[in-house]
Amino acid sequence: MRLMIADTGCANLASVRYAFARLGVEARISAAPEDLQQADRLVLPGVGAAAAGMAALRRNGLDELLKDWQRPLLGICLGLQLLFESSEEDGTPCLGLLPGRISALPDTAGPVPHMGWNTLHDLQDHPMLNGIAGDAHVYFVHSFAAAPDAHTLARCTYGKPFSAMIARDNILACQFHPERSGATGARILHNFLEVQP
Amino acid sequence: MLARRIIPCLDVRDGKVVKGVRFTNHEVVGDIVDLARRYARDGADELVFYDISASPQGRRVETRWVAAVARVLDIPFCVAGGIASVDDAADILAAGADKISVNSPALRNPGLIDALARRFGRQCVVVGIDSFWDGTDWRVHALTGDASTSHDTGRRTKDWITEAQARGAGEIVLNCMNEDGRRQGYDVRQLAAMRKRCAVPLIASGGAGCAGDFASVFKEAQVDGALAASVFHKGVLAIADLKQALRASGVEIRP
Repeated sequence: MRLMIADTGCANLASVRYAFARLGVEARISAAPEDLQQADRLVLPGVGAAAAGMAALRRNGLDELLKDWQRPLLGICLGLQLLFESSEEDGTPCLGLLPGRISALPDTAGPVPHMGWNTLHDLQDHPMLNGIAGDAHVYFVHSFAAAPDAHTLARCTYGKPFSAMIARDNILACQFHPERSGATGARILHNFLEVQP
Repeated sequence: MLARRIIPCLDVRDGKVVKGVRFTNHEVVGDIVDLARRYARDGADELVFYDISASPQGRRVETRWVAAVARVLDIPFCVAGGIASVDDAADILAAGADKISVNSPALRNPGLIDALARRFGRQCVVVGIDSFWDGTDWRVHALTGDASTSHDTGRRTKDWITEAQARGAGEIVLNCMNEDGRRQGYDVRQLAAMRKRCAVPLIASGGAGCAGDFASVFKEAQVDGALAASVFHKGVLAIADLKQALRASGVEIRP
């Protein structure tokens, strides 16, 4: 299997690569569409601001590659948010692979960024959630989120419920960091390697 | 619900984990990667590595051990010590750290916090504050890794917490120097006072001695996480026992 990680410039790429290495799969990191085109499975990681993330994707032509992507794609954190039509963060237009707009977490929720281990709930029946307990803790670091919709696989609540995991056909995404979510995160990455959309 | 975080802190000097009492007389307690792996297995929610040799000597964190830690850890970790530029931070984040923490260099050049937040997003940017009660107020000290360089910056802790957030800090680690290494409990009074000024996550540091100290600081100061070193390194308190005690006292904890 050719597993590749899209180099989004501002992303913490190494920890995602190491997490797959702990599962015995070596991932390649590249910013070149012609490389990433070869991937059987593609990961779009991300930390940082939406505008910087989109600028990095456009600079390398990855926005065009992703718009036609048919094989399994895993967006992580900012990588999830960039899949939507737009983000409230600096009014940033995003990829538009998923309908809707990313919005700021309510400031009544508690300290923002929402940082730390929070529980998943309302898990759907989906191969990405094989072996995952209904109230598993995963590690979040974010200030923006997607409202739950028909594609939500699992929710988390911070002030109000948001999409912690998403699946639409080949497009899969986690708002949390599976690479830093202990055994639960490792199982979700394992599931991504197995999933057949 | 969002769990309160238990955060073992590993002070690193010359590639080894050390622990001093009141910031001096450091003794070696073990190998970085071994300890990191052990704490993750024991249930730590996050780890912080402070390279206390980096800032006073004017050199920054080596990225070799950062990458070694990133390979084995499946929980988040933060690296601190001598990060004085965006490029320094970029190297450490690229090596696999999740967050970087700035302390003395941010006091020297507060614009560093803005620059880091712009480049990496505020969720990567932790501001560590060494706070000392001088009898009249809490004051920020700098270069505390070495007794010969440690000094009062003249800033009040509450002012610096406000400024750091305005500049882009995504988390504050407040190390209460008077309590550090003494295992007599966190400075709940100071932390509760600073909590009111802190809209980003606040992490308590300095003074943990028993499970009750953690319960107090979570319940009375409403901190998001509690950092500790000697109680864990010296085997005074096992993380599993601590978590069980906290859960029994009604604190939200990751199993």
